[in-house]
Amino acid sequence: MQTTTADLVDEARRQAEICNACRYCEGYCAVFPDLHANRVFTSGDLTQLANLCHNCRGCYYACQYTAPHEFDLNLPRALADLRQASWEDFAWPQPLARRFHRDGVALSLAVLLGFAALFLAIGALPGEGDGFYAQISHGAMVAIFLPAFLFPLLSLAISMRRYWAATGGGGLSRAAFRRAFGDAVRMKNLAGGHGEGCNFEAEDRFSQARRRAHQAVMWGFLLCFASTASGTLLHYLFNQPAPYPLWSLPKLLGLPGGVLMVLGCFWLASLKRRADPELGARAVRGGEMGFLLL
Amino acid sequence: MSEPDVLVIGGGNAALCAAMTAAEAGARVRILEAAPKAYRGGNSRHTRNFRCMHDGPLGPLIESYHEEENLSDLLKVTGGKTDEVLARMVIRASEACLPWMEARGVRFQPSLSGTLSLARTNAFFLGGGKSLVNAYYRTAESLGIETFYDAKVTHLEMSEARVTSVTYERHGASHQVTPKSVVVAAGGFQGDLDWLARAWGPAARNFLIRGTPYNRGEVLADLLDQGVEQVGDPTQCHAVAIDGRAPQFDGGIVTRLDCVPFSVVVNRDGARFYDEGEDVWPKRYAIWGRLVADQPDQVAYAIIDAKSLDLFMPSVFPPIKADTLEELATKLGLPVKRTCATIAAFNAACGDVSAFRPTELDGVTTTGLMPPKTNWARLITTPPFYGYSLRPGVTFTYLGLKVDARAQCSLGNQPVTNLWAAGETMAGSILGQGYLAGFGMTIGTVFGRIAGEEAAARANHHR
Repeated sequence: MQTTTADLVDEARRQAEICNACRYCEGYCAVFPDLHANRVFTSGDLTQLANLCHNCRGCYYACQYTAPHEFDLNLPRALADLRQASWEDFAWPQPLARRFHRDGVALSLAVLLGFAALFLAIGALPGEGDGFYAQISHGAMVAIFLPAFLFPLLSLAISMRRYWAATGGGGLSRAAFRRAFGDAVRMKNLAGGHGEGCNFEAEDRFSQARRRAHQAVMWGFLLCFASTASGTLLHYLFNQPAPYPLWSLPKLLGLPGGVLMVLGCFWLASLKRRADPELGARAVRGGEMGFLLL
Repeated sequence: MSEPDVLVIGGGNAALCAAMTAAEAGARVRILEAAPKAYRGGNSRHTRNFRCMHDGPLGPLIESYHEEENLSDLLKVTGGKTDEVLARMVIRASEACLPWMEARGVRFQPSLSGTLSLARTNAFFLGGGKSLVNAYYRTAESLGIETFYDAKVTHLEMSEARVTSVTYERHGASHQVTPKSVVVAAGGFQGDLDWLARAWGPAARNFLIRGTPYNRGEVLADLLDQGVEQVGDPTQCHAVAIDGRAPQFDGGIVTRLDCVPFSVVVNRDGARFYDEGEDVWPKRYAIWGRLVADQPDQVAYAIIDAKSLDLFMPSVFPPIKADTLEELATKLGLPVKRTCATIAAFNAACGDVSAFRPTELDGVTTTGLMPPKTNWARLITTPPFYGYSLRPGVTFTYLGLKVDARAQCSLGNQPVTNLWAAGETMAGSILGQGYLAGFGMTIGTVFGRIAGEEAAARANHHR
């Protein structure tokens, strides 16, 4: 039998009502204060809760109602299932989102192969300069990567608008922005409320591993982005086209950035392999791993 | 496997405090926990805070909460039925316990929403009691303590006021162990409904047990049968009024109902029987278990109207809802005419409600009604109407082992040389009746530590 989003919403609501009558987990993360502010849970409320959850699993190991108890609580999984479903529902374009979700590893490989083919094709074209421009012209590179940069932005914007409408998001205050960014930079929601980390890969033992790995990926990405941005500025503003020497801004930013991202992703993948799959969204583990590998 | 120096019977807060303390003092310690690992921790799994005296801000606790105030709070709920020497000792020791707990992995948080009135007196565990239990088991493991789950103790062999061996069943086989010291921290007997029925009468078969089904009092019965000194009235226990739809065992916190102060409570016959608005709920919840237990069929019904629905924490079970009182009475299985007459008489006795304040004693009272409702007496007139059934929910029984200030048990007038008790199994020494929120954990922690210290000292001495 196919599980529908409505089933997932019902299950998340059943569990949220139990949590709301207990409230012991109030200090763990952003999910609980938000949950406790409600008395009835619309599907939009539950979607928002699902997307606040970082799957740190602190609440699961602290819960007095997990199986074999008849209440059978597993909030991390209920919210993970719903979160995955919400991504499929809100992500644009939707058919691609579903495909990627269900069959992530295969799709990632397909994308990699596609890129390889693309590079081969480009390799067949004549190069025109030094460094990597010897392999691929500046024009061809911009032609490929500008859409690859802009399309995700468009996709994110459309998906976010849909999400905002469905969860009843209101106007944004500067304070809310500052808090959200502060929490994201520190990965506060993987800190377990006491700052000792989450319960992801070693049962009820707290660990900072997932938090650190996430931060490695994030800072790695930001460094890479800064590297590209600085290269763009050098190219267009200062008329200094690539290749850049090792002691230039793009390389100094890009090299550690790339290393951090790769290490972070491998770290996350190894943590995920050790974590109990029963506490996550089981249907899309493939997609999650694919995302990491990508 | 070598024989342990100290054997701890039980796997909840008091047992773990004793085990950690003994191991830190250098003893080889084994824990025998009757429950499987998933249900380890006894009633401590369901707890959430620790009552703690403090002379200034301490950890999550604000302002101060002095010894005398703490003692007077205890005397109020127990009606003076307490051992004042032991009570004072527990209160004094509680202050040093809080940092001790933190050093062993317990994390506290500011008071939970809906319990702000306790911010000064009670320290809340981040994640609740099970996270405390998990932290202690992690610490126990790092101290080299052996924990056997599914290990049910059946007998303590005694000779000349000394425990000579302990028999337990595990995985279908019987085992015997001969430790130097034994700590009993195995809770009350509320999990054994037959025992409850013997103590209370047949009414006890209608009681719900809020916590673990594994506290069946086997060890307690075995020791009492051998003449170990007992304390406490077998009919006394910590019991609250909980949602009548709660499971027989282990329903825990989510089955509590906080609606009583805003409601009219009637019994099976549709009659009121007690002042619903006598005091704020945290000071009254512990007497309602008994009140409901004294009603026919051990059941009562709290009725509110739409005005009050959002004034209390939601229960895990949705209320029974109806557009008229007649319909509600029918749905609750109450005599319709009698119930409606009770509500009508209550409404007629309500007066000026302009002073209504849901979070404090507001003096909004009935006039000329018996029994009166002395606070929050508002008309029950705004549909839809809501009803909850109430049943007595037992947390733990007070009949237990009598201990001295060093947690030691006795036989006749002489101490049992190597037997100590901690936690609910001896809390009847201090809680003669009534209950003070968070004080069970205080007793367990203080006496657990003392028992562990004494047990290790004797074991080390006889090494």
